Amino acid sequence: MAKQKSVIKEHILLPEHVKLTDKEKEAVLKHYGIAQRQLPKIFKNDAAIAELDAKPGDIIKIIRNSPTAGQTIFYRGVTDV
Amino acid sequence: MADEEQPKETPEEVQEAPVVAAQQTKQEDAQEKKEKSDIYVGLPVISKKVKAIEFSILSPKLIKKMAVCKVVTPELYDKEGYPVDGGLMDTRMGVIDPGLVCRTDGRKLKDCPGYFGYIELARPVVHIKFAGLILSIIKASCSECGRVLIPANKFDAAKKKLDQVESESGLAARRKAIKDIIASMKTVSKCPHCKAKQPNLTLEKPTTYFEDEKRISPIELRARLEKIPDEDIELFGLSPRHFRPEWAILTVLPIPPVTMRPSITLESGERSEDDLTHKLGDIVRINQRLFENINAGAPEIIIEDLWDLLQYHITTYFDNAVPQLPPARHRSGQPLKTLTERIKSKDGRIRHNLAGKRTNFSARTVVSPDPMLALNEVGVPKVIAMKLTVPERVNTWNIEYLKGFVKNGPAAYPGSNYIVRPDGRKKRITDETKEASLEELQPGYIVERHLMDGDVAIFNRQPSLHRMSMMCHRVRVMPGMTLRLNPAVCHPYNADFDGDEMNLHIPQTEEARAEAEILMEVQTQLISPRYGLSVIGCVQDAISGNYILTRNLEMPRNDALDILYTIGVTDFSRLPKKERVSGKEVFSVLLPDDFSFVGESKARDENRSREVIIREGKLIKGIMDRANLGEGSGLLLRNIHQKYGKDFTLDLLGKLFRLGIEVLFRHGFTVGIADTDLPEDAAAEVRKTLDEARQKVNLFIDEYKNNKLDTFPGKTLEETLELRILETLNNARNETGAIVAEYANPHSFTKIMADSGARGNLLNLAQMAACVGQQAMRGKRIEKGYKGRTLSCFRKGDLMPAAHGFIKNGFKGGLEPWEFFFGSVTGRDSLMDTALRTPKSGYLYRRLANAMQDLKVEYDSTVRDSGGTIIQFSYGEDGIDVSRSEKGMLNVKRIIQAAL
Repeated sequence: MAKQKSVIKEHILLPEHVKLTDKEKEAVLKHYGIAQRQLPKIFKNDAAIAELDAKPGDIIKIIRNSPTAGQTIFYRGVTDV
Repeated sequence: MADEEQPKETPEEVQEAPVVAAQQTKQEDAQEKKEKSDIYVGLPVISKKVKAIEFSILSPKLIKKMAVCKVVTPELYDKEGYPVDGGLMDTRMGVIDPGLVCRTDGRKLKDCPGYFGYIELARPVVHIKFAGLILSIIKASCSECGRVLIPANKFDAAKKKLDQVESESGLAARRKAIKDIIASMKTVSKCPHCKAKQPNLTLEKPTTYFEDEKRISPIELRARLEKIPDEDIELFGLSPRHFRPEWAILTVLPIPPVTMRPSITLESGERSEDDLTHKLGDIVRINQRLFENINAGAPEIIIEDLWDLLQYHITTYFDNAVPQLPPARHRSGQPLKTLTERIKSKDGRIRHNLAGKRTNFSARTVVSPDPMLALNEVGVPKVIAMKLTVPERVNTWNIEYLKGFVKNGPAAYPGSNYIVRPDGRKKRITDETKEASLEELQPGYIVERHLMDGDVAIFNRQPSLHRMSMMCHRVRVMPGMTLRLNPAVCHPYNADFDGDEMNLHIPQTEEARAEAEILMEVQTQLISPRYGLSVIGCVQDAISGNYILTRNLEMPRNDALDILYTIGVTDFSRLPKKERVSGKEVFSVLLPDDFSFVGESKARDENRSREVIIREGKLIKGIMDRANLGEGSGLLLRNIHQKYGKDFTLDLLGKLFRLGIEVLFRHGFTVGIADTDLPEDAAAEVRKTLDEARQKVNLFIDEYKNNKLDTFPGKTLEETLELRILETLNNARNETGAIVAEYANPHSFTKIMADSGARGNLLNLAQMAACVGQQAMRGKRIEKGYKGRTLSCFRKGDLMPAAHGFIKNGFKGGLEPWEFFFGSVTGRDSLMDTALRTPKSGYLYRRLANAMQDLKVEYDSTVRDSGGTIIQFSYGEDGIDVSRSEKGMLNVKRIIQAAL
């Protein structure tokens, strides 16, 4: 299992996923003026964040390569439903 | 302001109103006070989140509580024609006659919403819509004690299991599980609670129940249902608070308000009642007779007959299409439209009234082209212009002007059809009333005058897939029977003139007109939000014309002036003052004199260069063709739009279009078979190419037969051969295409169309002149047909080009029979493919559009849905509004240059 996780993590199609600290989390929510539930969602068991030990309520920052903008940042709230 | 006062007045007036209504007004009043400071003065703003919607059936108690009167007589009106008290048209249930006042709320026609009444049924009656449910509930419960036929120790487990099913796989699964439980109890013959033997209950459709061959009455049924305890009802998926099963057997019947079943007065002055009123009349009549017979102690048979009749009437009142019953009919024999029919199917409330909205002040006919219209104009037939109207309010300054329309009346153009008095009453203008109306007209009145040139209209073609499918045009009233549009705006509407129809809507208020002008006018839609280039450009002849003009045309200055004047140019100072002018100089007249541009054309000039240079408003070098004038291509139009604005661009587009057409008109333009003629040596070259290809294929086949062919990796020998042959033949066809392109007369109009991008391409020309080429199905040569061969005129196993769909002749030379057949095979295949794919992709797009319809870009450039949930953190990941970009990108270089 452990081996499989790392395989997914190194896949070229998987963008970088980072778990935000509480402080960063506050900043993101405040910046967009939203509540946690208004964020796009990611399931807590998602393979991409398996190693981040994310719990519902956390926010994941995704750094993607974009065909239109070069690099973009996306946020997802961790959920278990 | 008037709205603000109303709620304050009503409480006094509604003193006698039913409890529910009074509470509502009080609430609204409170709301009103709270919202006073709000900007929406006068309108009670209700901003509450809907938490849940509960559905329930009416209990007899509730029916009585919400009723304002009891209906006791089938009579409708008395001798004077006033509604009878206690009749079906009782004025306590609302009024439908002008002049009468509702006795419940004191309001008049149109203000009174109407109130429910009720009738007390002499005997209970089964509600047809619940007949099936009643059967399964009674079957699943004990006839003696009313408990569900599940042993007490298993009851909780069953309930728990249902909850578990719901949490695992949803409500639908729970409903299915309930059905299974009920079905499983059919076989239980002894009650597990009181050990009573269970009789066999059956439903004789529609509403008669039998228990062991003996009929049981609704009274008995109701008694059984009453016995079932609340806890057990929950097992059936019903909430006892909202649905006690005995309520499904009617003891009182609500009478809907008069306002939802208004009678109509015929021309003869006779009254014709609504279908529902008719049906309710039947119910009340039979019900009264039943009462009388019961009280008089009539024989049981008579009472039962009447009871059945009452059941029939109430059943057809709810649903007049019950399979086992003859539908209740009018005297004319046409079936009554009762409650279910009102809601159901295409002409029902849902699909007809709620989902199917219709508009007034709209027109629809066939469209046809008129390049002399501006792009933002629409030609409207006079007959339509005299039906569609624009309301204009009379004031002291325009009264004489508006009187002119009234004077003309509805039959002369430009006239008017109606005048509206300040109190909102509409008056039709006819030849008789014309004088009186003219006399009456004064400031404050509204004249609905005929549509005139310059009026604002919204033009639309279905399917309305993007915002350019509905644009605002200016009206041009013209003779004829079709709506006219400039062919250049066909592209955004995706219209052509093979019989297409389009719709026209006339906005009726200043606000609507302003909104249409600012947001929807054609010039505001020039740059596509999909790809950031102009969606409107030259097409077809306009491109050919500009190509011919700018390639190497010369003409006397007078001819040039003539052309320019025809297309709408009046300032000729930019045309060089010399005897003969070049086409490029004529074209340059249209360009602004400080415009510079460098780009590429599609076609090559004599020196095989594709460069296009415009300097200081002069076309110095290059050919204008589709690459620069066409829709969705090239930055020429985009840059002009950027620099000179939408109105200039729109005007320029119209002129460019007309210029192309006008040039063709004077130059002459035609196509003929001779366009595809090849010089003798070119034809020989084509023959040689095809011959060589055939020999090469022969060689491959020989190698294959002698097993000398090198196989491609991962392919079988046969596959390799096929690939080789296909490649050879395709190359041969391409070579013939190149030969045709080289030798084709560059002055032939077919070639001009292909070069300029107006229509067709070189491949089409080559197919006509030289060789149609290989017909392929699914990327392979044709293999279908007989065993081992495609057609019976070939030998089995023949691998030669001709036997597998290679058409070596051109269309002009004529096809061999088998070649024609192969052409038909692929033709049919692609026809089926498009016919099947179009609706599928259309539906796919529709679903996508519906799913995304209320997403919106907020001021912080995030994309959010109506609930505020973020979909994208920056629109399109780069935050660029494509309709303000150049081909989806920002031209940073130019922006910096402009800033310096």
